Amino acid sequence: MAKILIPTPLRQFTGGADAVEFGGANVAEVLGALVAAHPELKKNLYNEEGKLRSFVNIYVNDEDIRYLSKDSTAVAAGDTISIIPSIAGGCL
Amino acid sequence: MPVSVTLSNEEIARYSRHLILPEVGMEGQLKLKQAKVLLVGTGGLGAPLGLYLAAAGIGKIGLVDFDVVDASNLQRQVIHGTKDIGRKKIDSAAETMLDINPNLEIVKHEVPLTSENAVEIVKQYDIVADGTDNFPTRYLVNDACVLLGKPNVYGSIFRFEGQSSIFATEDGPCYRCLYPEPPPPGLVPSCAEGGVLGILPGVVGLIQATEVVKLILGKGTTLNGRLMLYDALNMKFRELKLRRNPECPSGKCSVVKGLIDYQQFCGIPATPAEPVAATGDLEPAQVKHMIDSGEDFMLVDVREPHEYQIASIPKATLIPLGQLPNRLSELPREARIVCHCKSGVRSGKAVDLLKQNGYTRVSNMKGGILAWSDKVDPSVAKY
Repeated sequence: MAKILIPTPLRQFTGGADAVEFGGANVAEVLGALVAAHPELKKNLYNEEGKLRSFVNIYVNDEDIRYLSKDSTAVAAGDTISIIPSIAGGCL
Repeated sequence: MPVSVTLSNEEIARYSRHLILPEVGMEGQLKLKQAKVLLVGTGGLGAPLGLYLAAAGIGKIGLVDFDVVDASNLQRQVIHGTKDIGRKKIDSAAETMLDINPNLEIVKHEVPLTSENAVEIVKQYDIVADGTDNFPTRYLVNDACVLLGKPNVYGSIFRFEGQSSIFATEDGPCYRCLYPEPPPPGLVPSCAEGGVLGILPGVVGLIQATEVVKLILGKGTTLNGRLMLYDALNMKFRELKLRRNPECPSGKCSVVKGLIDYQQFCGIPATPAEPVAATGDLEPAQVKHMIDSGEDFMLVDVREPHEYQIASIPKATLIPLGQLPNRLSELPREARIVCHCKSGVRSGKAVDLLKQNGYTRVSNMKGGILAWSDKVDPSVAKY
């Protein structure tokens, strides 16, 4: 099982949970299990073609998957997957 | 360093805790005195930045803001006080900063930062601290810094969560390396909609201030190439690696060629859309009349439950905007429906969503519950 850290803006789609655990051999499988369990997350993470949205960054531990093997990046038990979405707030 | 720059005896007394710190010392304090920093925004992030950078002895600080102080700002924008409500933020901030340190030179840029003026403004400074609150200005600040080769000290906040980093150093990543494209409008809520813990921008703004000072001193390890994440609710700091787009050669960006139309880039219509199309809008007084005359209609409040607890209109049914798509069964297709929210923006989205789902008799109440409080029932609290 890998731990997925859910950022504040997306917690409304995970019943308020800030971290959830799902299994899978790679990022695509783990995130697939995540959106299967929380279908409303899908439109926030994936575009119409089923690709990860470009304003959503996925990290395995402290490394961006864009610089690993994208969504086929291997995930081991105990790894932490972070979803880092754009936030713009500075509250003028 | 020009030999003419020195500290007065007043300044030596003022900065004595810096002067005895080996990492700053006289050399560092003179660097701070000669530094020129631009603060974009004097709000939640700009407030702590302005206060501490003024106190630290930065020589020249430019402020960009054209907003006025509102009561709802005071929960976090500690550079402004209760007496400043209704004043220009730029005046209020400058006054507070000069009270802390009269040695400071402040330059007021009382304009929205745009593609037309950004280069002219940014080029007058060494470092930019981004305290804005929207995506178009974030990309504009980034791109102007990339084009001019000025470090952009970034901070961003939402509810209990903050991000900080440094972008656009010569060989470092920029905002576009982290977020190549903005999210479509509506997918990411703003602080005005989502709320923010008042202390949060204090912490994130001071991370930015720390990085500004380190960049000037040339000391320590900066956030260049690292994204700092702060979760106030669980009191956790984490950091992630940020990499420069591999297609960008040293000192150059392969993406930013010039400034563009950032509203369009972020999917925002060129002329800011009214909260809803004019057809079907109702004034709060008209809605009040419909209630009083016993007209058959549903008033749907699309705000969040915690907002409903602060203030509500008695007849209203609460269905938060995010839940609306899944709760259409509660609204008869043929019903006359009036939507309201806090200010009319979210209810405008709700009206659009209902129309897309075949509802024809839907209206938006203009100005939301704030206008209701102003025009119909002053006993309803504004927040």
